[in-house]
Amino acid sequence: MNAELHDCRDAFAAELMRLADENPGIVAICNDSVGSSKLGEFQKRWPERLVNIGIAEQNMVGVAAGLANGGKIPFVCAASCFLTGRALEQIKVDIAYSNANVKLCGMSSGMAYGELGPTHHSIEDFAWTRVISNLTVTAPADRTETTQAVRWAAQYAGPVFLRLSRMGVPDILPPDYGFKPGRAVQLREGTAVTFIANGTLVCRALEAADILEQEGLSCRVLNMSTVRPLDREAVEKAASETHGIVTCEEHSIYGGLGGAVAEAAATSRPCKMRMMGVPGRFAPTGSASWLLDHFGLSPANIAAAGRELIHSR
Amino acid sequence: MICDAGTGHIGGDLSCADILATLYFHVLHYTPEHPENPDRDRFVMSKGHCAGALYAVLAEAGFIDADELSTFMAPESRLNGHPSRIKMPGVETSTGPLGHGLPVAVGAAMAAKMENAAWRTFALLGDGELQEGSNWEAAMAAAHFKLDRLTVIVDRNGLQQGAPTETTNTLEPLANKWRAFGWETTETDGHDIDQMMGVFDGLPLKAGHPSCIIARTVKGRGVSFMQNKVEWHHKVPNQDERARAALELERAKTS
Ligand SMILES: Cc1ncc(C[n+]2csc(CCOP(=O)(O)OP(=O)(O)O)c2C)c(N)n1
Ligand SMILES: [Mg+2]
Repeated sequence: MNAELHDCRDAFAAELMRLADENPGIVAICNDSVGSSKLGEFQKRWPERLVNIGIAEQNMVGVAAGLANGGKIPFVCAASCFLTGRALEQIKVDIAYSNANVKLCGMSSGMAYGELGPTHHSIEDFAWTRVISNLTVTAPADRTETTQAVRWAAQYAGPVFLRLSRMGVPDILPPDYGFKPGRAVQLREGTAVTFIANGTLVCRALEAADILEQEGLSCRVLNMSTVRPLDREAVEKAASETHGIVTCEEHSIYGGLGGAVAEAAATSRPCKMRMMGVPGRFAPTGSASWLLDHFGLSPANIAAAGRELIHSR
Repeated sequence: MICDAGTGHIGGDLSCADILATLYFHVLHYTPEHPENPDRDRFVMSKGHCAGALYAVLAEAGFIDADELSTFMAPESRLNGHPSRIKMPGVETSTGPLGHGLPVAVGAAMAAKMENAAWRTFALLGDGELQEGSNWEAAMAAAHFKLDRLTVIVDRNGLQQGAPTETTNTLEPLANKWRAFGWETTETDGHDIDQMMGVFDGLPLKAGHPSCIIARTVKGRGVSFMQNKVEWHHKVPNQDERARAALELERAKTS
């Protein structure tokens, strides 16, 4: 794919500016991360609506719950690894259990921080957040979906975790795409196998489907951006109408999209599955793109997993 | 290292280089050929984003070959962007997320105390890092357990990632905060090696109390165009800047 690539943080920041313009209740809160959350323009325009709490994630999430209690709509913007890992109990108790109207925006999720190492990789965040009740967890695939998910989150009265990427992705979804949380969108029809992907892996799953198409294998591709609540119906249909499911995510193969899909399939329509993601070990040193290849997340490898599943009958 | 890797944290590396040199070549006891020697002093690099400075000192101290420094952040390198205990000899605990080092150092000092061991524990913390509450939980415990063989050095360069500490979330009066938490606290020039050696030679600052040394430093120290410039937290020098920086640091060495 030679299409132009976009960093979805830019779409996020631009839409947050539009929303903040429309709704004075929207505030942003961050942890010394104005730059990495692309909040520079926001800070210039509304210095009093940008709270930089310092390097203190637990406090940041607790304060966001308090801001929501006082009627604000806080968008918490921080690197996903620290936002989820460091402040998990605040997310559970102060945000989800207390039903605080807070939008948790995890930046640079997945392997985005590459050579900065496993401390900065955020490949556990789906697992950590999707087990928390009353928290919508969604990972947009491109800038169109990012824009729409941010807009949806602002008008939805309740806790949301938006898992945002940094690695460049091409435009995938049409501008008239209507993001709905908890609903998978079929990007390609097919019967041989279903690729269920989200975030940065959607474009790679589409490329994998292209590869198999040339071999005469028509593959279904679903963009499953929301992992909680999960679109069980789409999983059941994929399980019954195609020969199996390959999940693709920039996340550990444990507890993420693959786990969520497997739970749904196993309890309604068991089917063959393969899970493409980061295997259960800490990454060696290497850049983000090097690591994705290292862990076999290239389109060719994803296609190979689909091919192997089809022939494994 | 940083130029070749294309990423790194040069400002904070330069602000703590003199502290690390003083620690490794005047204060700490270690045997590079046996990095796990149970009697070694423990040093915890809590501001893990400055791994580059740590690796340079670990190479000078003999833990790794100086040649290996050129692999900084390259695929499969032991020199990860943040120090990893499972990758790198001489690294006591993996760091990177801020606010992790001090609790681990407190535990190590506690173990030494339980064993009546002679070794000491040191932790280097960033000043912005002190905004993490975990530090203060650990600080409270260290004083409670009278860990007087534990020393914290704060790299007080006044800057964090995106702004000065005092405009982000005020740290001052910093020395009095540590004192209020039960730490005997002193301040020093973090680039005056003689002065720092004098302070380290007088440890513990007070029997029965953990020691805190606030080292006043300059982020980007030694390179005129980097000094005190917040953007050099993680900016990478271009070819021209690299040459100018090398020249300035070389001149400072010989003068
Ligand atoms: C828990 C956590 N939150 C955020 C970051 C991102 N981060 C890396 S370095 C840094 C600034 C650190 O400032 P300071 O402690 O003053 O270090 P120095 O000035 O010595 O570089 C930040 C916010 C992090 N590494 N860990
Ligand atoms: Mg600092």
